[in-house]
Amino acid sequence: MEKYMFLFLGGDPSHLSPEMQQAHMQKWFDWVEKMKNEKRYVAGEALMPGGKTLTGPKKTITDGPYAESKEVVGGFFVILAKDLDEATKLAKDCPDYDLNGIVEVREVVKFD
Amino acid sequence: MHDNQVNQLIGHLFRHEAGKMAAVLTRLLGFQSLDLAEDIVQDTLLKATSTWKIKGIPENPSAWLYTVAKRKAIDAIRRHKLQAQHYESIHEALRSEWTLSPALNSLFLQDEIEDSQLRMMFACCHPSIPYESQIALTLKTLCGLSIQEIANSFLTSQEVIVKRLYRAREKIRDERISLEAPLPAAMSGRLDAVLHTLYLLFNEGYNSSHPDQLIRHDLCEEAIRLCILLTRNAFTDRAATRALLALLCFQASREDARLNNDGSIVLLRDQDRSKWNAALIERGKYFLERSADDGGISVYHIEAAIAGCHARANAFDQTDWKLISELYAILSEMKPGPIVSLNLAIATGYSETPTAGLDALRKIRGLEDHYLYHAAMGDFHARNGNEPEAQRCYDKAVQLTASHAEKNLLAMKQTDLLSAASQ
Repeated sequence: MEKYMFLFLGGDPSHLSPEMQQAHMQKWFDWVEKMKNEKRYVAGEALMPGGKTLTGPKKTITDGPYAESKEVVGGFFVILAKDLDEATKLAKDCPDYDLNGIVEVREVVKFD
Repeated sequence: MHDNQVNQLIGHLFRHEAGKMAAVLTRLLGFQSLDLAEDIVQDTLLKATSTWKIKGIPENPSAWLYTVAKRKAIDAIRRHKLQAQHYESIHEALRSEWTLSPALNSLFLQDEIEDSQLRMMFACCHPSIPYESQIALTLKTLCGLSIQEIANSFLTSQEVIVKRLYRAREKIRDERISLEAPLPAAMSGRLDAVLHTLYLLFNEGYNSSHPDQLIRHDLCEEAIRLCILLTRNAFTDRAATRALLALLCFQASREDARLNNDGSIVLLRDQDRSKWNAALIERGKYFLERSADDGGISVYHIEAAIAGCHARANAFDQTDWKLISELYAILSEMKPGPIVSLNLAIATGYSETPTAGLDALRKIRGLEDHYLYHAAMGDFHARNGNEPEAQRCYDKAVQLTASHAEKNLLAMKQTDLLSAASQ
């Protein structure tokens, strides 16, 4: 089993009613629950919006993430999978696609 | 926090918290700033969604929401230089940065939240707002339903609901309706208006021909929830409030038995009484017994007593029709109208004879175009063995209802009648 990271980008629930938002969250909980039962889930963090971005030799500081708002990373999971294909398959269960969410699946580098 | 708990939020938590926060924030910012209050609520829930979906549910979800809402409210007050004049006792506190936060904290205490919800209820159900708008505004602000959801539950378009809400907002502005608690002298009249709106809200859910049972159920549940809230406050916990709550509990207790899986209606006579919700019936009895305290008898008392008669009967044959017809007779004095007369006639038909029921039905004017009237006529003719006349009445009833469930029910009666006649 290798470690993979799911990076969650975008996924805007602002047009959903409170009831629907709660239902949407429940889908996430069920997804995580399933991965935990299968011993795939390792960790996860949600990121605050905003923040600072530093660039260039002058270390120019700007407000907020560099990317456009729909591509901002909202959080990540670390999960276990046999290979990239299997990790990608796990990522298919993410409930955010209907909300134009994007999941980036990346392998965590490991030194042998 | 995904590790140590079952990740399942309490049903409708977001919806109910949305209503609570909207009430508190509107009390703080004033009714003119209802939009701002709703924006803060929306932002708060969005923040929760984006965080909780990944991190799991915090230990105290409601407290988490309130903390975020408070912070956002403080930001809004600073940004808009708002004077929170609409809540006298913290008006002073809000002038100073030092006292801002504690003042807000006190508003988010359980008792104060309920107080804000009550004020909001009285404002939404203000008698000068047309009742359709009252219901729409109540569902939107107090129950956290979206415009789409309200439109769905009334089988109408979003535009219609937007218009109803607009009319409500217009009245609020023109009549300068605020979230002040009504003065004790005006309390009883205003409470009547609130109770009436809850009664209508419940009936919308209970009697609607909406294909989606869940939506109907939600409206009934919200009406009961708000009515319970009224019984928890010394000023609004009146005899009529308890009687209404008893009525709603009795009616709701039959909800699971009233409809078949395909959505068709099951008559009281044919309902599986084991499906009646015993807990709700007990609750209904409890509140009805305690509804005699401050004297006055309301229509809700009588209607609850009637519903209670049905709830107490273990079988249709054991129904105390004599008592029910007496109660309908009282009700028709208090709230005269053809529908009450129709119910009185039906009860008479059961407590006396079908012929007595038919005689009473024939005296009613104004229901010639109502399917229930003809269906009731059909029933008594059938019980008298007058099959052709019964069929004719049922035919008429079928023509007069648009509801599929009702049409199916009538068709079933006609088939039963035919097979009974041919035996």
